[in-house]
Amino acid sequence: MPGCKTYAILFPAMLQDYLLLAVLLVVATIFPIGGLITAFIIRPHRPGKIKGDTYECGLETIGETWVQFRVQYYIYALVFLIFDIETIFLLPWAVAYNQLGLFSLIEMFIFLALLLGGLVYAWRKGALEWI
Amino acid sequence: MPPFENLPTDLVLQGIFLLVAGLIVVAAVAVVTLRNIFHSALALILCFSAVAGLYILLEAPFVAAVQVLIYVGAISVLILFAVMLTERVMDPKMGARNEQWWLGLLLTAIAATGLGAIVGFAPWPLSKAPIINDQITALGKEFLTTYVLPFEVASLLLLMALLGAIIIAREKEGG
Amino acid sequence: MSGVPLSWYLTLATVLFAIGLYGTLSRKNAVGILMGIELMLNAVNINLIAFWRFITPHLLTGQIFAVFVITVAASEVAIGLALILAIYRQKKTIDIEEIDLLKG
Repeated sequence: MPGCKTYAILFPAMLQDYLLLAVLLVVATIFPIGGLITAFIIRPHRPGKIKGDTYECGLETIGETWVQFRVQYYIYALVFLIFDIETIFLLPWAVAYNQLGLFSLIEMFIFLALLLGGLVYAWRKGALEWI
Repeated sequence: MPPFENLPTDLVLQGIFLLVAGLIVVAAVAVVTLRNIFHSALALILCFSAVAGLYILLEAPFVAAVQVLIYVGAISVLILFAVMLTERVMDPKMGARNEQWWLGLLLTAIAATGLGAIVGFAPWPLSKAPIINDQITALGKEFLTTYVLPFEVASLLLLMALLGAIIIAREKEGG
Repeated sequence: MSGVPLSWYLTLATVLFAIGLYGTLSRKNAVGILMGIELMLNAVNINLIAFWRFITPHLLTGQIFAVFVITVAASEVAIGLALILAIYRQKKTIDIEEIDLLKG
C-alpha cells in the first residue's frame, strides 16, 4: 500500500497490523484515567462517615465488604477454562481442515468426545446446578 | 530488502521491547511483593497481558492470542475467584512473606546467577531462515499429524483436570 | 532479522523466572505461591517462543510446545486452586505456615 510508506520507515512492517491495536490500547487506558482525574479535579470535597459507607441498594450494609463467595463460581470458571482451551485447539484444526482429510476429523471427534464426557459428568453430578 | 533494515526500525522495535519488558518486570515484582493478594492478582493480569505483547513482537500472533484467551481470560478469573472464595486472604494482618523468605531470596540469587551465566556464555546457533508463513494452518497440520498423540493426551489431561477439580472443590461428597 | 537481539529476550525471561521463583519460595499465601509458579511458566514460554523465532523459525516446534505448556499450566492452576479451596474448607486458612499436618 503506497499510503503506508510514509510511516513504514519509522514503524516496522511486521507490527503495522498492530498499530491500530496499540492506538486503541492507549486510548482505552487514557479514557477511564482521564475521567477519574477530571472528576477528582471538579468534584467538591466534603467527606462524611455516612457518605463513605458501602452502597447496597439503599439498605444498611451488614458485615464486611469482603465476603466469602460461593464455590459454585469456581466450578463455573473451571468449566469455562477447560472449554476455552478446547477452542485453542479447535481453531488451527478448523483453519487447516481442507488440507487434512478424514483422519483429522476422527481425531478431533475423539478430542471433543473426551471433553464432552467431562461436561456430562459435571452435569450428572449436579456441579452445574445453582444450589 | 525495502528500507526496513535501517536504524530507526531497530530503535523503534527496541523501544517497544524495553517498554513491554519494563511493564512485565514491574508487574511481576508487584505480584510477589504486594501485601493484599487481590492486588497481586490484578498485577498478575497486567503481567500476562504484557507477555502477550511480547509474543506479538516475536511474530507469534497465535501464541499471543492463546495467552490472552487462556491466561488473561480464564486463569486470571480462576485465581480471582479463588482469592474471593478464601475469606482470610483479605486479612491485612496476614503478612506477605513467610519465615524463610531470606532463604528463598538466596536460592533465587543463586538460580538467577546460574541462568544469567548460561544466557551470557552459551553460543546460540542463530538461524537466518525466514519465518514459516501461514502459521495457523501449519500449526493445525502439525497438531493433527506429528503431534497427534500429545494432542489427544492434552484432551485427556483437561478431562482429568475438570473431573478432579470438581470432585475436590465441591462442598460435600456424593451430594 | 528482528531489531531486538535474542539475548534481550533471554535476559527478560531470566529476570521473570527469578521473580517467580522468589514469589514461590517467599509467599505465605498458597494462592500467592501459585501466582509465582505462573510467572515462572510464563518465563519459560517467553524462552520457547524466543528460541523458535531466532533458532528454528522455519519449524513450529517452539510454538507447539508453548501451547502445550499453557494447557498444562491451566490444568495445574485448576487442580491447585481446587486443592487450596478444599484445604481452606477443612482448616479455615490457606497460610502455608499453619498447614503443617505432616510436620514431624
